[in-house]
Amino acid sequence: MSWFKRSKENINTRTEEKNNTPDGLWEKCPNCKKTLQSKQLRKNAYVCMNCEHHLRIGSEEYFELLFDEAEYDEIAGNLISGDPLEFVDTKRYPDRLRDTMKKTGLNDAIRAAVGNINGFSTVVCAMDFSFIGGSMGSVMGEKICRAIDYCLENHYPLLIISRTGGARMMEGALSLMQMAKISAKLTLLAKARIPYISLLTDPTTGGVTASFAMLGDLNISEPGALIGFAGPRVIKETIGRDLPEGFQQADFVQEHGFLDFIVNRKELKDRLYKTFRLLMVTKVEA
Amino acid sequence: MMSNHIFDFERPIAELEKKLDEMRKTAADNGVEMEAEATLLERKVHDLKNNVYSNLSRWQRVQVSRHPERPYALDYIQHISEEFIELYGDRTYRDDKAMIGGLARVNGQTVMFVGQQKGRSTKDRQFRNFGMPNPEGYRKALRLMKMAEKFGIPVISLIDTPGAFPGIEAEERGQGEAIARNLMDMSVLRVPIICIIIGEGASGGALGIGIGDRVYMMENTWYSVISPESCSSILWRSWENKEEAAEQLRLTAEDNLRLKIIDGIIKEPLGGAHRDPQAAYQAVREQIVADLTRFAGADPDELIQARITKFTSMGAYIEKSEKEPVASS
Ligand SMILES: [Zn+2]
Repeated sequence: MSWFKRSKENINTRTEEKNNTPDGLWEKCPNCKKTLQSKQLRKNAYVCMNCEHHLRIGSEEYFELLFDEAEYDEIAGNLISGDPLEFVDTKRYPDRLRDTMKKTGLNDAIRAAVGNINGFSTVVCAMDFSFIGGSMGSVMGEKICRAIDYCLENHYPLLIISRTGGARMMEGALSLMQMAKISAKLTLLAKARIPYISLLTDPTTGGVTASFAMLGDLNISEPGALIGFAGPRVIKETIGRDLPEGFQQADFVQEHGFLDFIVNRKELKDRLYKTFRLLMVTKVEA
Repeated sequence: MMSNHIFDFERPIAELEKKLDEMRKTAADNGVEMEAEATLLERKVHDLKNNVYSNLSRWQRVQVSRHPERPYALDYIQHISEEFIELYGDRTYRDDKAMIGGLARVNGQTVMFVGQQKGRSTKDRQFRNFGMPNPEGYRKALRLMKMAEKFGIPVISLIDTPGAFPGIEAEERGQGEAIARNLMDMSVLRVPIICIIIGEGASGGALGIGIGDRVYMMENTWYSVISPESCSSILWRSWENKEEAAEQLRLTAEDNLRLKIIDGIIKEPLGGAHRDPQAAYQAVREQIVADLTRFAGADPDELIQARITKFTSMGAYIEKSEKEPVASS
């Protein structure tokens, strides 16, 4: 596997800072409500030590979890949204963006990075639900396309981790077109026979499910994730009755044939490494 | 003639037209010549129509796109084609009545039509599931498109849907996967694809048959990521702001042309396609024939490359320089 050059200023140091999480910090599991020590929770891949619930995490946590030594280079991290529609709802879209950036310290709802997974160079795109519900706008489309270009240039595999409510309304039809944009771009990766794994996490709905999240060579998920095209509330309102137990949860989606496997987050890194290696290193000395 | 279904913004026109009718009737009954007055009133009606219909708000366009007498996909196909054989089924689960398709001949050229189909009567509307396809609808469309690819036949997609159906069975059978597969496979289909939004272009349900070398909208249609009603309910937490949502979404043909999402607008007869369906069929046919000529003998590899470039170029973003703070304009 080829190694990539690392520019000093791009090395992420937040990880080391985080290693110093004081012992006194606690978090509550949203499922079993048990109070968990933050440091322990982090060591346990943000999976509840009591009930195995997979807590919602963002791009930073995934990069840290997956990349060796938590080292990576970010791709196209400087892209931010325009305001092509001059959209105003209860807030002006540029104000909403600016406030969200300030609050989250992120530039958009997805980050792309390249790093090593057990020494295996991999491009990972991961969404942040805290940024306008992980919504897909022009930046998400362009970042994924640039990540795919990076994969094509270097022959690295691609992982996209989705956690999103779907397309971003404030970019109207342009956000809809990101579904077309990314799906069209993925054909180039397919043509180059570079593997793409789509990891659908809680929740993944709307236009993302109806495009690249369902187009992986492998579609995989974390336990208990809500995955669907339409959200449960919309379906319930449309059909006028309650939804069955477990509807649209990872197990349900797998049973209906749309997921290759469900993986515990603690085993994610190892499973990804093995899968990519089986696909890309098709012959080793027995 | 005014249609049976009149929007509020059409009332002044309807009233004048009624007056004109009465004037003519009185004249005929009494054997009086009223030419001068009638001509004057006729002109007045015409001017008012021009004024009203060329100044429709975005929400009013949405209303016209949903007019119950508007021509639907099968109406267009039947009036545009010299021959048409409808084909059914996705070969996996069942035939979806909200998605239609088949082989046709237009201007001597064999084409494959696909499109969402709405119903007109209450019963028919239910039969067509209000133009909301299930996954098998998208798979049916893809099956027909792949057949077209095999035989080197151009694809014409007529889009008219309030959205892909949000139901339990739709989720079980993979609504998301079905639409996603179409987006990817249409991107590399080795025959020309012409897409025309003839009514409603709602979100992924529309895009699922909307990847084309040319994408057009008829004048009184809408195309966006969400309906104004749903957008209103999510962003304003009320159904009442649908008019405002329609404005903000910039969902008209003109908006989408300006945003470079579509390639052109097909003019409709004054007042909408339902006012003069024959004129609407003619306009759509002319566009299709022009594009069939344009793409005749096109190299499939070049076609695909241009199609991928077209869609991967869509978006509006800013490259922020590292040192600079985020613009607050
Ligand atoms: Zn727990």
